[in-house]
Amino acid sequence: MKFTGTVLKYGDNVDTDVIIPARYLNTIDKKELASHCMEDIDIDFVKKVKEGDIMVAGFNFGCGSSREHAPIAIKESGISLVIAKSFARIFYRNSINIGLAIVECEAAAEAIENGHEVEADLDNGIITDKTTGESFKTEPFPMFIQEIISNGGLVESIKNGIIK
Amino acid sequence: MSMTMTQKILAAHAGLEKVEAGQLILVNLDRVLGNDITSPVAIREFNKFGFDGVYDKEKVTMVMDHFAPNKDIKAAVQCKMCRDFCNEKEITHFYDVGRMGIEHALLPEKGLVVAGDVVIGADSHTCTYGALGAFSTGVGSTDMACGMAIGKAWFKVPSAIKFVLKGKLNKYISGKDVILHIIGKIGVDGALYKSMEFCGEGLKSLTIYDRLTMANMAIEAGAKNGIFEVDEQTLAYIKEHSDREAVIYKADEDAVYDEVIEIDLSEIKSTVAFPHLPENTHTTDEIEEIVIDQVVIGSCTNGHYKDLEEAAEIIKGKKVAGNVRAIIIPATQDIYLKAVENGLVKAFVEAGCVVSTPTCGPCLGGYMGILAKGERAVATTNRNFVGRMGDVESEVYLASPAVAAASAIMGRIADPKEVM
Repeated sequence: MKFTGTVLKYGDNVDTDVIIPARYLNTIDKKELASHCMEDIDIDFVKKVKEGDIMVAGFNFGCGSSREHAPIAIKESGISLVIAKSFARIFYRNSINIGLAIVECEAAAEAIENGHEVEADLDNGIITDKTTGESFKTEPFPMFIQEIISNGGLVESIKNGIIK
Repeated sequence: MSMTMTQKILAAHAGLEKVEAGQLILVNLDRVLGNDITSPVAIREFNKFGFDGVYDKEKVTMVMDHFAPNKDIKAAVQCKMCRDFCNEKEITHFYDVGRMGIEHALLPEKGLVVAGDVVIGADSHTCTYGALGAFSTGVGSTDMACGMAIGKAWFKVPSAIKFVLKGKLNKYISGKDVILHIIGKIGVDGALYKSMEFCGEGLKSLTIYDRLTMANMAIEAGAKNGIFEVDEQTLAYIKEHSDREAVIYKADEDAVYDEVIEIDLSEIKSTVAFPHLPENTHTTDEIEEIVIDQVVIGSCTNGHYKDLEEAAEIIKGKKVAGNVRAIIIPATQDIYLKAVENGLVKAFVEAGCVVSTPTCGPCLGGYMGILAKGERAVATTNRNFVGRMGDVESEVYLASPAVAAASAIMGRIADPKEVM
């Protein structure tokens, strides 16, 4: 999995309430959810984000509620990959289950700045800040999780007989 | 052996003799839960992939609590989607308006969770049932869809932090103060991916309801689950509410923990979490005047009968301050009825509070008490993130029912001792 995009950067403890405020949870329409993505932390996010952009954030990204609407809204908004110092656990598994690419890399998330161009090669575990030329190593996902991702998500993995 | 309590439950449900932290396992589920917000996404996934039926009609559970009674047309559509699905799949435990309650208060009350169970719920506060000695954790809607289809979920086996409790709680101090104190100490990611295991002689002074409140907020420290050692109180509660047998798992003596933290319950003071993170804790004795506009007493964290009783003890015979809107939300129909029968509702209404039907409503900024820009609320709920209860420039202060009740009377954040 390879990604190239412009970075939109946020801080620590970005919670699911600011990713998609609960007042919009009366719908499951992906496009409608995406139209309110990040609204309570960055009102201009929806205007700024372009297809393929990469989100970078600090520790405990996606903390709070279990709402899968949060990774759905991010994915549907066009974000191709989220790099964070750490992820809250429900957000982490939701992202894997719905096929939103995420990667934990403290050094990269610290160094990469808003607006930088980034290339991420998750198969080989390398993130490159093309703006500065700096590179960072990442840990590969465990095999079981790689299989879920390569099958396109959890439901697909069950349908394909990977999980019985 | 050397496994934690959580690891033992997970191993047993994965058909393995031993598991260790970091291992990825597939676990059999005793219950799969969803609500009116998360279930529609799960149902869409379930239907899209054409699963035949649910794995067990008795074990899938849906509770209409977040935006129910329907707050608007869209919420009505989501509840209808759940209702239709449950009718079609002949799901036994579907709880609609009139029979429902806030899910994490309702399931223990209905006896749907017992010690030793593994429960997943598409709601982050599913970790509540650890109070009963079960492994329970919040997941997303896709996990719920797959859980409904095959009765299994994947987990990374967690390591654990052990909390050894000693001493006794003082008057007006409850489980909420203890868990806020702990979150203040370890931070909102202090237990990330881990179990929080509670044990020690101090358990004796914590009622099941104190424990439900504490396990409920394990997620606010980032934990996978919060779990309490099973004792006589647990078994008595389960016997009263369920026909099923509790299965007791005890951590091995030589189980390895990432950290052991000792908590002396007698030293815990009334604790309030300031905006905008549950870790921003202060004790009431160090808080300067903070004038408030609203008080909410309820939620899956603190909507139990015991919580209402503690609030009523403080509010009864007094008046809510003129600048405060006080909203009381019993967590279930049974709690509501008991509060009516025992005169709690009368005391609340006479004091100038409103008493609502069970709903999650205001806790997540859904409805039934939304804050305007610049407004402040003291709430017995679980999160005080930016915009959680309304406008992004409103503020939520998390506290116990006793502190919330005293604050309603004083019109500012107050300690129960100030009004008693």
